[in-house]
Amino acid sequence: MSILVIAEHDNSNLKAGTLNTLAAAQQLSGDVDLFISGNNHDGVINEAKTIDGLNQIISVDSEIYNNFLAEDIANIVASLESEYDYFLAPSSTFGKNFMPRVAAKIDTQMISDIIEILSEDTYKRPIYAGSCIATVKSNDSKKVITVRTTAFDPVQKNNSDVPVKTIDGLTELNLSSFVGEELAQSDRPELTSASIVISGGRGMQSGDNFHLLDSIADKLGAAVGASRAAVDAGFVPNDYQVGQTGKIVAPDLYIAVGISGAIQHLAGMKDSKVIVAINKDEDAPIFQVADYGLVADLFNALPEIDSKL
Amino acid sequence: MKILVPIKRVVDYNVKVRPLSDNTDVDLNNVKMAVNPFCEIALEEAVRIKEAGNADEIIAITVGKNESQEQLRTALALGADRAILVESDELLEPLAIAKVLAKISAEENPDIILMGKQAIDGDNNQTGQMLAELLGVSQATNASEVTIEGDVLKVTREIDGGLQTLQITKPAIITTDLRLNEPRYASLPNIMKAKKKELTVKPVTDLGIDVTKRVDVLSVELPPSREAGVMVETVDDLLEKLRNEAKVIS
Repeated sequence: MSILVIAEHDNSNLKAGTLNTLAAAQQLSGDVDLFISGNNHDGVINEAKTIDGLNQIISVDSEIYNNFLAEDIANIVASLESEYDYFLAPSSTFGKNFMPRVAAKIDTQMISDIIEILSEDTYKRPIYAGSCIATVKSNDSKKVITVRTTAFDPVQKNNSDVPVKTIDGLTELNLSSFVGEELAQSDRPELTSASIVISGGRGMQSGDNFHLLDSIADKLGAAVGASRAAVDAGFVPNDYQVGQTGKIVAPDLYIAVGISGAIQHLAGMKDSKVIVAINKDEDAPIFQVADYGLVADLFNALPEIDSKL
Repeated sequence: MKILVPIKRVVDYNVKVRPLSDNTDVDLNNVKMAVNPFCEIALEEAVRIKEAGNADEIIAITVGKNESQEQLRTALALGADRAILVESDELLEPLAIAKVLAKISAEENPDIILMGKQAIDGDNNQTGQMLAELLGVSQATNASEVTIEGDVLKVTREIDGGLQTLQITKPAIITTDLRLNEPRYASLPNIMKAKKKELTVKPVTDLGIDVTKRVDVLSVELPPSREAGVMVETVDDLLEKLRNEAKVIS
Protein backbone atom coordinates (compact mmCIF):
# COMPACT_ATOMS: atom_id res chain seq x y z
CA MET A 1 0.00 0.00 0.00
CA SER A 2 1.20 3.51 -0.64
CA ILE A 3 -0.06 6.67 0.93
CA LEU A 4 0.19 10.26 -0.28
CA VAL A 5 -0.25 13.14 2.16
CA ILE A 6 -0.76 16.56 0.60
CA ALA A 7 1.17 19.20 2.55
CA GLU A 8 -0.38 22.49 3.60
CA HIS A 9 2.09 25.37 3.62
CA ASP A 10 2.47 29.02 2.64
CA ASN A 11 5.57 28.60 0.41
CA SER A 12 7.74 29.49 3.43
CA ASN A 13 6.69 27.19 6.26
CA LEU A 14 4.85 23.93 6.64
CA LYS A 15 1.49 24.33 8.43
CA ALA A 16 1.33 22.38 11.66
CA GLY A 17 -1.73 20.39 10.53
CA THR A 18 0.43 18.61 7.96
CA LEU A 19 2.30 16.87 10.79
CA ASN A 20 -0.96 15.65 12.37
CA THR A 21 -2.15 14.39 8.99
CA LEU A 22 1.12 12.49 8.58
CA ALA A 23 0.51 10.91 11.99
CA ALA A 24 -2.86 9.63 10.77
CA ALA A 25 -1.21 8.34 7.58
CA GLN A 26 1.38 6.44 9.58
CA GLN A 27 -1.39 4.48 11.30
CA LEU A 28 -2.17 2.92 7.91
CA SER A 29 0.19 0.26 6.63
CA GLY A 30 2.34 1.41 3.76
CA ASP A 31 4.95 3.90 2.66
CA VAL A 32 4.01 7.49 3.32
CA ASP A 33 5.01 10.11 0.75
CA LEU A 34 4.54 13.85 1.27
CA PHE A 35 3.37 15.87 -1.72
CA ILE A 36 4.34 19.54 -1.76
CA SER A 37 3.00 21.74 -4.52
CA GLY A 38 3.95 25.38 -4.40
CA ASN A 39 6.10 28.12 -5.84
CA ASN A 40 9.70 28.75 -4.70
CA HIS A 41 9.03 26.63 -1.64
CA ASP A 42 12.56 25.36 -0.92
CA GLY A 43 12.20 26.37 2.72
CA VAL A 44 9.20 24.10 3.04
CA ILE A 45 11.07 21.21 1.45
CA ASN A 46 14.04 21.67 3.77
CA GLU A 47 11.72 21.65 6.74
CA ALA A 48 9.84 18.57 5.49
CA LYS A 49 13.10 16.66 4.91
CA THR A 50 13.60 16.48 8.68
CA ILE A 51 10.28 14.70 9.33
CA ASP A 52 10.46 11.22 10.84
CA GLY A 53 8.99 8.22 9.05
CA LEU A 54 8.63 9.64 5.54
CA ASN A 55 9.43 7.52 2.50
CA GLN A 56 9.98 10.43 0.14
CA ILE A 57 8.90 13.95 -0.73
CA ILE A 58 7.28 14.64 -4.09
CA SER A 59 7.72 18.29 -4.98
CA VAL A 60 6.31 20.36 -7.80
CA ASP A 61 7.50 23.94 -8.04
CA SER A 62 5.62 26.22 -10.39
CA GLU A 63 3.86 29.59 -10.44
CA ILE A 64 0.66 27.70 -11.18
CA TYR A 65 0.64 26.42 -7.61
CA ASN A 66 1.58 29.72 -5.95
CA ASN A 67 -1.90 30.35 -4.55
CA PHE A 68 -3.05 26.75 -4.13
CA LEU A 69 -6.06 27.07 -6.43
CA ALA A 70 -8.30 24.04 -6.01
CA GLU A 71 -8.67 23.24 -9.71
CA ASP A 72 -4.93 22.98 -10.40
CA ILE A 73 -3.97 21.21 -7.16
CA ALA A 74 -6.73 18.63 -7.64
CA ASN A 75 -5.55 18.10 -11.19
CA ILE A 76 -1.97 17.27 -10.28
CA VAL A 77 -2.84 15.22 -7.18
CA ALA A 78 -5.32 13.12 -9.18
CA SER A 79 -2.67 12.62 -11.89
CA LEU A 80 -0.79 10.49 -9.32
CA GLU A 81 -3.80 8.16 -8.97
CA SER A 82 -2.06 5.04 -10.27
CA GLU A 83 0.81 5.35 -7.78
CA TYR A 84 -1.15 5.60 -4.53
CA ASP A 85 -3.94 3.85 -2.65
CA TYR A 86 -4.59 6.60 -0.13
CA PHE A 87 -4.75 10.38 -0.47
CA LEU A 88 -4.85 12.30 2.81
CA ALA A 89 -4.97 16.02 3.56
CA PRO A 90 -5.73 18.10 6.63
CA SER A 91 -9.40 18.97 7.06
CA SER A 92 -8.64 22.70 6.91
CA THR A 93 -10.09 25.20 4.43
CA PHE A 94 -7.09 24.20 2.27
CA GLY A 95 -7.84 20.46 2.31
CA LYS A 96 -11.61 20.80 2.09
CA ASN A 97 -11.25 23.03 -0.95
CA PHE A 98 -9.57 20.61 -3.35
CA MET A 99 -9.85 17.07 -1.94
CA PRO A 100 -13.49 16.54 -3.08
CA ARG A 101 -12.32 17.45 -6.59
CA VAL A 102 -9.61 14.78 -6.36
CA ALA A 103 -12.23 12.29 -5.17
CA ALA A 104 -14.60 13.13 -8.03
CA LYS A 105 -11.77 12.86 -10.53
CA ILE A 106 -10.83 9.36 -9.41
CA ASP A 107 -14.47 8.36 -8.80
CA THR A 108 -14.17 7.77 -5.07
CA GLN A 109 -16.55 8.70 -2.28
CA MET A 110 -14.35 10.83 -0.05
CA ILE A 111 -14.36 10.44 3.74
CA SER A 112 -14.27 13.86 5.43
CA ASP A 113 -12.83 14.80 8.76
CA ILE A 114 -11.79 11.49 10.29
CA ILE A 115 -10.98 11.45 14.01
CA GLU A 116 -9.89 7.81 14.38
CA ILE A 117 -8.59 5.02 12.17
CA LEU A 118 -9.99 1.62 13.16
CA SER A 119 -8.57 -0.35 10.22
CA GLU A 120 -7.35 0.19 6.65
CA ASP A 121 -10.89 0.98 5.46
CA THR A 122 -12.84 1.86 8.60
CA TYR A 123 -12.81 5.23 10.30
CA LYS A 124 -14.70 7.33 12.83
CA ARG A 125 -15.97 10.78 11.97
CA PRO A 126 -18.27 13.31 13.62
CA ILE A 127 -21.68 14.06 12.09
CA TYR A 128 -24.44 16.50 13.04
CA ALA A 129 -21.99 19.07 14.41
CA GLY A 130 -20.36 16.45 16.60
CA SER A 131 -23.64 15.36 18.24
CA CYS A 132 -22.92 11.85 17.00
CA ILE A 133 -19.88 9.88 15.89
CA ALA A 134 -20.31 7.61 12.86
CA THR A 135 -18.12 4.60 12.15
CA VAL A 136 -17.85 4.28 8.38
CA LYS A 137 -16.30 1.70 6.08
CA SER A 138 -15.13 2.74 2.64
CA ASN A 139 -15.65 0.15 -0.10
CA ASP A 140 -13.84 2.16 -2.78
CA SER A 141 -10.50 0.75 -3.95
CA LYS A 142 -8.80 4.13 -3.48
CA LYS A 143 -9.37 6.24 -0.39
CA VAL A 144 -9.57 10.04 -0.34
CA ILE A 145 -9.60 11.27 3.24
CA THR A 146 -9.38 14.53 5.15
CA VAL A 147 -8.12 14.38 8.71
CA ARG A 148 -9.30 16.36 11.71
CA THR A 149 -5.85 17.37 12.82
CA THR A 150 -6.65 17.88 16.52
CA ALA A 151 -7.50 14.18 16.79
CA PHE A 152 -3.96 13.01 15.98
CA ASP A 153 -0.71 13.90 17.75
CA PRO A 154 1.81 15.36 15.28
CA VAL A 155 4.79 13.40 13.92
CA GLN A 156 8.18 14.69 14.97
CA LYS A 157 10.77 16.61 13.03
CA ASN A 158 14.27 15.27 13.67
CA ASN A 159 17.43 14.87 11.69
CA SER A 160 15.96 12.70 8.98
CA ASP A 161 17.10 13.44 5.45
CA VAL A 162 14.10 12.41 3.39
CA PRO A 163 14.82 12.04 -0.35
CA VAL A 164 13.07 14.52 -2.65
CA LYS A 165 11.66 13.69 -6.09
CA THR A 166 10.77 16.63 -8.29
CA ILE A 167 7.96 16.37 -10.83
CA ASP A 168 6.78 18.77 -13.52
CA GLY A 169 3.66 20.87 -13.17
CA LEU A 170 0.68 20.29 -15.44
CA THR A 171 -0.74 22.81 -17.87
CA GLU A 172 -2.55 25.59 -16.05
CA LEU A 173 -6.34 25.16 -16.20
CA ASN A 174 -7.03 28.91 -16.00
CA LEU A 175 -10.44 28.34 -14.46
CA SER A 176 -10.05 30.75 -11.60
CA SER A 177 -7.49 33.35 -10.72
CA PHE A 178 -6.15 34.77 -7.50
CA VAL A 179 -7.02 38.41 -6.82
CA GLY A 180 -5.81 38.98 -3.26
CA GLU A 181 -5.70 37.88 0.30
CA GLU A 182 -6.24 39.61 3.63
CA LEU A 183 -4.63 37.53 6.31
CA ALA A 184 -5.12 38.50 9.93
CA GLN A 185 -1.84 39.84 11.32
CA SER A 186 -1.17 38.85 14.87
CA ASP A 187 1.82 38.29 17.10
CA ARG A 188 -0.16 35.70 19.00
CA PRO A 189 -0.09 32.00 18.17
CA GLU A 190 -2.51 30.62 15.59
CA LEU A 191 -5.80 29.42 17.04
CA THR A 192 -5.47 25.85 15.87
CA SER A 193 -1.94 25.36 17.17
CA ALA A 194 -1.97 27.49 20.36
CA SER A 195 -1.52 25.66 23.66
CA ILE A 196 -3.86 28.11 25.40
CA VAL A 197 -6.99 29.62 23.85
CA ILE A 198 -9.26 32.22 25.44
CA SER A 199 -12.58 32.76 23.67
CA GLY A 200 -15.39 35.24 24.08
CA GLY A 201 -19.08 34.83 23.33
CA ARG A 202 -22.16 36.97 23.09
CA GLY A 203 -21.65 37.88 26.76
CA MET A 204 -18.72 40.09 25.70
CA GLN A 205 -21.39 42.54 24.46
CA SER A 206 -19.15 44.29 21.94
CA GLY A 207 -16.03 43.92 19.84
CA ASP A 208 -14.30 46.60 21.91
CA ASN A 209 -14.64 44.48 25.02
CA PHE A 210 -12.46 41.81 23.41
CA HIS A 211 -9.46 43.89 24.57
CA LEU A 212 -10.16 42.36 28.00
CA LEU A 213 -9.32 38.98 26.47
CA ASP A 214 -6.41 40.32 24.44
CA SER A 215 -4.61 41.53 27.52
CA ILE A 216 -4.93 38.15 29.28
CA ALA A 217 -3.98 36.34 26.07
CA ASP A 218 -0.77 38.36 25.84
CA LYS A 219 0.19 37.40 29.39
CA LEU A 220 -0.55 33.71 28.81
CA GLY A 221 0.83 33.48 25.27
CA ALA A 222 -2.67 32.46 24.23
CA ALA A 223 -4.68 32.78 21.04
CA VAL A 224 -8.04 34.60 21.11
CA GLY A 225 -11.14 32.92 19.74
CA ALA A 226 -14.88 33.50 19.72
CA SER A 227 -18.17 31.67 19.54
CA ARG A 228 -20.35 31.82 16.45
CA ALA A 229 -22.76 34.05 18.38
CA ALA A 230 -19.99 36.63 18.86
CA VAL A 231 -19.03 36.42 15.19
CA ASP A 232 -22.65 36.68 14.02
CA ALA A 233 -23.09 39.71 16.28
CA GLY A 234 -20.18 41.33 14.43
CA PHE A 235 -17.89 41.59 17.48
CA VAL A 236 -14.96 39.87 15.75
CA PRO A 237 -14.09 38.50 12.29
CA ASN A 238 -15.03 34.96 11.28
CA ASP A 239 -11.46 33.67 11.52
CA TYR A 240 -11.86 33.90 15.32
CA GLN A 241 -14.68 31.40 15.24
CA VAL A 242 -14.28 28.18 17.21
CA GLY A 243 -16.91 25.55 16.48
CA GLN A 244 -18.27 23.15 13.94
CA THR A 245 -18.58 25.91 11.35
CA GLY A 246 -15.32 27.52 12.40
CA LYS A 247 -12.06 26.15 13.70
CA ILE A 248 -11.60 22.98 15.68
CA VAL A 249 -9.15 23.47 18.55
CA ALA A 250 -7.79 21.20 21.26
CA PRO A 251 -5.35 23.24 23.38
CA ASP A 252 -4.01 22.34 26.83
CA LEU A 253 -6.18 25.08 28.29
CA TYR A 254 -9.39 26.52 26.84
CA ILE A 255 -11.03 29.46 28.62
CA ALA A 256 -14.63 30.16 27.54
CA VAL A 257 -15.82 33.59 28.61
CA GLY A 258 -19.45 34.65 28.24
CA ILE A 259 -20.12 31.62 26.04
CA SER A 260 -23.30 29.67 26.77
CA GLY A 261 -22.03 26.43 25.22
CA ALA A 262 -24.15 25.69 22.15
CA ILE A 263 -23.47 22.23 20.69
CA GLN A 264 -22.05 24.02 17.66
CA HIS A 265 -19.37 25.61 19.84
CA LEU A 266 -18.70 22.53 21.97
CA ALA A 267 -17.99 20.58 18.78
CA GLY A 268 -15.04 22.88 18.18
CA MET A 269 -13.37 22.78 21.61
CA LYS A 270 -14.49 19.86 23.72
CA ASP A 271 -11.31 17.90 23.10
CA SER A 272 -9.30 20.56 24.93
CA LYS A 273 -7.38 19.08 27.86
CA VAL A 274 -8.56 21.56 30.50
CA ILE A 275 -11.67 23.69 30.01
CA VAL A 276 -12.50 26.76 32.10
CA ALA A 277 -15.91 28.43 31.84
CA ILE A 278 -16.71 31.90 33.11
CA ASN A 279 -20.36 32.86 32.79
CA LYS A 280 -22.83 34.73 34.93
CA ASP A 281 -25.60 32.25 34.10
CA GLU A 282 -25.04 29.26 36.38
CA ASP A 283 -27.30 27.11 34.18
CA ALA A 284 -25.24 27.70 31.02
CA PRO A 285 -24.52 24.34 29.31
CA ILE A 286 -20.83 25.24 29.04
CA PHE A 287 -20.45 24.33 32.74
CA GLN A 288 -21.34 20.72 31.91
CA VAL A 289 -18.12 20.30 29.94
CA ALA A 290 -15.93 22.60 32.03
CA ASP A 291 -13.29 21.26 34.40
CA TYR A 292 -13.42 24.52 36.31
CA GLY A 293 -16.48 26.72 36.34
CA LEU A 294 -16.75 30.23 37.71
CA VAL A 295 -20.14 31.90 37.97
CA ALA A 296 -19.24 35.55 37.71
CA ASP A 297 -19.78 38.74 35.75
CA LEU A 298 -16.99 38.65 33.18
CA PHE A 299 -16.53 42.41 33.43
CA ASN A 300 -15.39 41.89 37.02
CA ALA A 301 -13.64 38.55 36.58
CA LEU A 302 -11.50 39.40 33.54
CA PRO A 303 -9.78 42.51 34.99
CA GLU A 304 -9.17 40.58 38.22
CA ILE A 305 -7.58 37.66 36.36
CA ASP A 306 -5.54 40.10 34.31
CA SER A 307 -4.20 41.81 37.43
CA LYS A 308 -3.29 38.52 39.12
CA LEU A 309 -1.38 36.89 36.26
CA MET B 1 -28.37 34.58 -16.66
CA LYS B 2 -29.61 31.41 -15.02
CA ILE B 3 -28.78 30.32 -11.47
CA LEU B 4 -29.18 26.77 -10.19
CA VAL B 5 -29.52 26.38 -6.43
CA PRO B 6 -29.19 22.83 -5.09
CA ILE B 7 -30.77 22.53 -1.64
CA LYS B 8 -31.05 19.75 0.92
CA ARG B 9 -33.72 18.64 3.35
CA VAL B 10 -32.07 18.13 6.74
CA VAL B 11 -32.97 17.98 10.40
CA ASP B 12 -33.76 21.46 11.72
CA TYR B 13 -30.64 22.96 13.26
CA ASN B 14 -32.33 23.37 16.65
CA VAL B 15 -32.93 19.63 17.03
CA LYS B 16 -30.46 17.73 19.21
CA VAL B 17 -29.81 14.60 17.19
CA ARG B 18 -29.27 11.29 18.98
CA PRO B 19 -28.42 7.78 17.78
CA LEU B 20 -31.10 5.08 17.51
CA SER B 21 -31.08 2.70 20.47
CA ASP B 22 -29.49 -0.03 18.31
CA ASN B 23 -26.80 2.45 17.15
CA THR B 24 -27.39 1.69 13.47
CA ASP B 25 -28.08 5.31 12.52
CA VAL B 26 -29.29 8.63 13.90
CA ASP B 27 -32.86 8.77 15.16
CA LEU B 28 -34.85 10.86 12.70
CA ASN B 29 -38.30 9.70 13.80
CA ASN B 30 -40.70 12.61 14.27
CA VAL B 31 -38.02 15.29 14.16
CA LYS B 32 -38.59 18.65 12.51
CA MET B 33 -37.05 18.92 9.04
CA ALA B 34 -35.97 22.12 7.28
CA VAL B 35 -33.90 23.54 4.44
CA ASN B 36 -30.20 23.23 5.30
CA PRO B 37 -29.17 26.69 6.61
CA PHE B 38 -26.23 27.05 4.21
CA CYS B 39 -28.61 26.29 1.30
CA GLU B 40 -30.94 29.06 2.50
CA ILE B 41 -28.02 31.46 2.32
CA ALA B 42 -27.26 30.26 -1.23
CA LEU B 43 -30.86 30.78 -2.28
CA GLU B 44 -30.96 34.23 -0.68
CA GLU B 45 -27.83 35.22 -2.61
CA ALA B 46 -29.39 33.99 -5.86
CA VAL B 47 -32.52 36.02 -5.17
CA ARG B 48 -30.45 39.13 -4.44
CA ILE B 49 -28.51 38.66 -7.69
CA LYS B 50 -31.81 38.43 -9.55
CA GLU B 51 -33.25 41.44 -7.74
CA ALA B 52 -30.17 43.43 -8.77
CA GLY B 53 -31.02 42.63 -12.37
CA ASN B 54 -28.13 40.22 -12.90
CA ALA B 55 -30.17 37.03 -13.34
CA ASP B 56 -33.37 36.05 -15.10
CA GLU B 57 -34.17 32.70 -13.60
CA ILE B 58 -33.53 30.77 -10.40
CA ILE B 59 -34.04 27.02 -10.34
CA ALA B 60 -34.06 25.19 -7.02
CA ILE B 61 -33.16 21.51 -7.15
CA THR B 62 -32.90 18.74 -4.62
CA VAL B 63 -32.03 15.07 -4.74
CA GLY B 64 -33.97 13.15 -2.15
CA LYS B 65 -37.16 11.50 -1.01
CA ASN B 66 -40.60 12.62 -2.12
CA GLU B 67 -41.17 14.63 1.07
CA SER B 68 -38.32 16.97 -0.02
CA GLN B 69 -41.01 18.70 -2.11
CA GLU B 70 -41.80 20.55 1.13
CA GLN B 71 -38.35 22.19 1.11
CA LEU B 72 -38.61 22.94 -2.61
CA ARG B 73 -41.92 24.74 -1.93
CA THR B 74 -40.09 26.78 0.70
CA ALA B 75 -37.44 27.63 -1.89
CA LEU B 76 -40.17 28.69 -4.33
CA ALA B 77 -41.72 30.89 -1.63
CA LEU B 78 -38.33 32.47 -0.99
CA GLY B 79 -37.86 33.43 -4.62
CA ALA B 80 -36.95 30.45 -6.82
CA ASP B 81 -38.87 30.50 -10.11
CA ARG B 82 -39.22 26.75 -10.53
CA ALA B 83 -38.04 23.61 -8.84
CA ILE B 84 -36.83 20.12 -9.69
CA LEU B 85 -36.97 17.10 -7.42
CA VAL B 86 -34.77 14.20 -8.45
CA GLU B 87 -36.53 11.56 -6.44
CA SER B 88 -34.62 8.79 -4.72
CA ASP B 89 -35.93 6.51 -1.97
CA GLU B 90 -32.41 6.07 -0.65
CA LEU B 91 -30.41 8.98 0.73
CA LEU B 92 -27.51 9.36 -1.67
CA GLU B 93 -23.85 10.04 -0.91
CA PRO B 94 -22.21 13.35 -1.96
CA LEU B 95 -20.51 11.87 -5.06
CA ALA B 96 -23.78 10.38 -6.31
CA ILE B 97 -25.61 13.66 -5.63
CA ALA B 98 -22.88 15.55 -7.51
CA LYS B 99 -23.30 13.19 -10.47
CA VAL B 100 -27.06 13.75 -10.50
CA LEU B 101 -26.57 17.53 -10.30
CA ALA B 102 -23.97 17.38 -13.08
CA LYS B 103 -26.47 15.59 -15.31
CA ILE B 104 -29.23 18.11 -14.63
CA SER B 105 -26.77 21.00 -15.06
CA ALA B 106 -25.86 19.67 -18.49
CA GLU B 107 -29.56 19.93 -19.43
CA GLU B 108 -30.22 23.31 -17.80
CA ASN B 109 -26.91 25.04 -18.53
CA PRO B 110 -26.87 27.42 -15.55
CA ASP B 111 -24.30 30.24 -15.52
CA ILE B 112 -23.84 29.98 -11.77
CA ILE B 113 -24.53 27.16 -9.35
CA LEU B 114 -24.91 28.53 -5.83
CA MET B 115 -25.04 26.04 -2.98
CA GLY B 116 -24.27 25.60 0.71
CA LYS B 117 -20.70 24.74 1.69
CA GLN B 118 -21.98 21.78 3.66
CA ALA B 119 -25.17 20.18 4.92
CA ILE B 120 -25.53 20.11 8.68
CA ASP B 121 -26.38 16.41 8.74
CA GLY B 122 -23.33 14.67 7.23
CA ASP B 123 -21.04 17.73 7.56
CA ASN B 124 -19.16 16.45 4.50
CA ASN B 125 -18.42 19.71 2.65
CA GLN B 126 -17.92 17.83 -0.64
CA THR B 127 -20.81 18.11 -3.07
CA GLY B 128 -20.07 21.57 -4.53
CA GLN B 129 -16.41 20.85 -5.19
CA MET B 130 -17.23 17.42 -6.67
CA LEU B 131 -19.83 18.97 -8.94
CA ALA B 132 -17.32 21.59 -10.08
CA GLU B 133 -14.83 18.84 -10.95
CA LEU B 134 -17.42 16.69 -12.76
CA LEU B 135 -18.45 19.72 -14.84
CA GLY B 136 -14.83 20.83 -15.30
CA VAL B 137 -15.61 24.34 -14.09
CA SER B 138 -14.18 26.82 -11.59
CA GLN B 139 -15.18 26.98 -7.96
CA ALA B 140 -15.16 29.42 -5.08
CA THR B 141 -15.99 27.77 -1.77
CA ASN B 142 -16.91 29.39 1.58
CA ALA B 143 -18.06 32.62 -0.04
CA SER B 144 -18.60 35.66 2.18
CA GLU B 145 -19.06 38.13 -0.68
CA VAL B 146 -20.04 37.74 -4.33
CA THR B 147 -19.78 40.60 -6.82
CA ILE B 148 -20.84 40.48 -10.44
CA GLU B 149 -19.54 42.99 -12.96
CA GLY B 150 -20.71 41.94 -16.39
CA ASP B 151 -19.07 38.61 -17.13
CA VAL B 152 -16.64 38.89 -14.24
CA LEU B 153 -17.41 37.12 -10.99
CA LYS B 154 -15.42 38.03 -7.91
CA VAL B 155 -15.82 35.97 -4.78
CA THR B 156 -14.33 36.62 -1.36
CA ARG B 157 -13.79 33.39 0.54
CA GLU B 158 -13.41 32.65 4.23
CA ILE B 159 -10.11 30.79 4.66
CA ASP B 160 -8.32 29.72 7.84
CA GLY B 161 -6.09 32.77 8.17
CA GLY B 162 -8.56 35.39 6.93
CA LEU B 163 -10.07 36.20 3.55
CA GLN B 164 -9.12 35.37 -0.03
CA THR B 165 -10.57 36.89 -3.19
CA LEU B 166 -10.78 34.92 -6.43
CA GLN B 167 -11.95 35.84 -9.87
CA ILE B 168 -13.81 32.96 -11.45
CA THR B 169 -15.12 32.34 -14.93
CA LYS B 170 -18.68 31.32 -15.71
CA PRO B 171 -20.04 28.73 -15.49
CA ALA B 172 -18.92 28.43 -11.90
CA ILE B 173 -19.84 26.86 -8.59
CA ILE B 174 -20.01 29.08 -5.53
CA THR B 175 -20.51 27.55 -2.08
CA THR B 176 -21.74 29.77 0.72
CA ASP B 177 -20.43 30.49 4.18
CA LEU B 178 -22.43 31.91 7.06
CA ARG B 179 -21.69 35.59 6.67
CA LEU B 180 -22.60 35.93 3.01
CA ASN B 181 -26.07 37.25 3.86
CA GLU B 182 -29.00 36.93 6.22
CA PRO B 183 -31.79 34.99 4.53
CA ARG B 184 -35.28 36.52 4.48
CA TYR B 185 -38.42 34.83 5.70
CA ALA B 186 -41.10 33.77 3.26
CA SER B 187 -44.14 36.07 3.27
CA LEU B 188 -47.63 34.60 3.32
CA PRO B 189 -48.53 35.89 -0.18
CA ASN B 190 -45.29 34.36 -1.49
CA ILE B 191 -46.05 31.04 0.22
CA MET B 192 -49.45 31.06 -1.54
CA LYS B 193 -47.88 31.95 -4.90
CA ALA B 194 -45.26 29.22 -4.47
CA LYS B 195 -48.00 26.58 -4.55
CA LYS B 196 -48.68 27.45 -8.18
CA LYS B 197 -45.06 27.49 -9.34
CA GLU B 198 -43.69 24.64 -11.45
CA LEU B 199 -42.20 21.68 -9.56
CA THR B 200 -40.95 18.83 -11.74
CA VAL B 201 -40.33 15.38 -10.28
CA LYS B 202 -37.85 13.08 -12.03
CA PRO B 203 -37.07 9.59 -10.68
CA VAL B 204 -33.31 9.21 -10.20
CA THR B 205 -33.57 5.83 -11.96
CA ASP B 206 -34.44 7.66 -15.21
CA LEU B 207 -31.06 9.43 -15.28
CA GLY B 208 -28.92 6.34 -15.90
CA ILE B 209 -26.44 7.20 -13.18
CA ASP B 210 -24.85 4.60 -10.91
CA VAL B 211 -25.71 5.82 -7.42
CA THR B 212 -24.65 2.66 -5.55
CA LYS B 213 -23.42 3.32 -2.03
CA ARG B 214 -19.65 3.27 -1.64
CA VAL B 215 -19.53 3.71 2.13
CA ASP B 216 -21.23 1.60 4.82
CA VAL B 217 -22.24 3.25 8.06
CA LEU B 218 -21.38 0.57 10.61
CA SER B 219 -22.59 2.40 13.69
CA VAL B 220 -23.60 5.78 15.07
CA GLU B 221 -22.86 6.58 18.69
CA LEU B 222 -22.84 9.47 21.09
CA PRO B 223 -19.41 11.04 21.50
CA PRO B 224 -17.63 10.19 24.74
CA SER B 225 -18.99 12.59 27.32
CA ARG B 226 -16.78 14.82 29.42
CA GLU B 227 -17.19 14.57 33.12
CA ALA B 228 -18.38 17.75 34.72
CA GLY B 229 -15.67 19.37 36.78
CA VAL B 230 -15.83 21.56 39.83
CA MET B 231 -17.25 25.00 40.42
CA VAL B 232 -14.91 27.54 41.97
CA GLU B 233 -16.06 30.52 43.99
CA THR B 234 -13.48 33.17 43.23
CA VAL B 235 -10.88 34.19 40.66
CA ASP B 236 -8.19 33.34 43.25
CA ASP B 237 -9.54 29.79 43.55
CA LEU B 238 -9.58 29.47 39.79
CA LEU B 239 -6.01 30.63 39.32
CA GLU B 240 -4.84 28.43 42.21
CA LYS B 241 -6.43 25.35 40.57
CA LEU B 242 -4.99 26.20 37.16
CA ARG B 243 -1.51 26.69 38.62
CA ASN B 244 -1.31 23.87 41.13
CA GLU B 245 -3.88 21.25 40.18
CA ALA B 246 -4.15 21.36 36.39
CA LYS B 247 -0.66 22.90 36.05
CA VAL B 248 -1.58 24.63 32.79
CA ILE B 249 -0.43 28.15 33.71
CA SER B 250 2.56 29.30 35.66
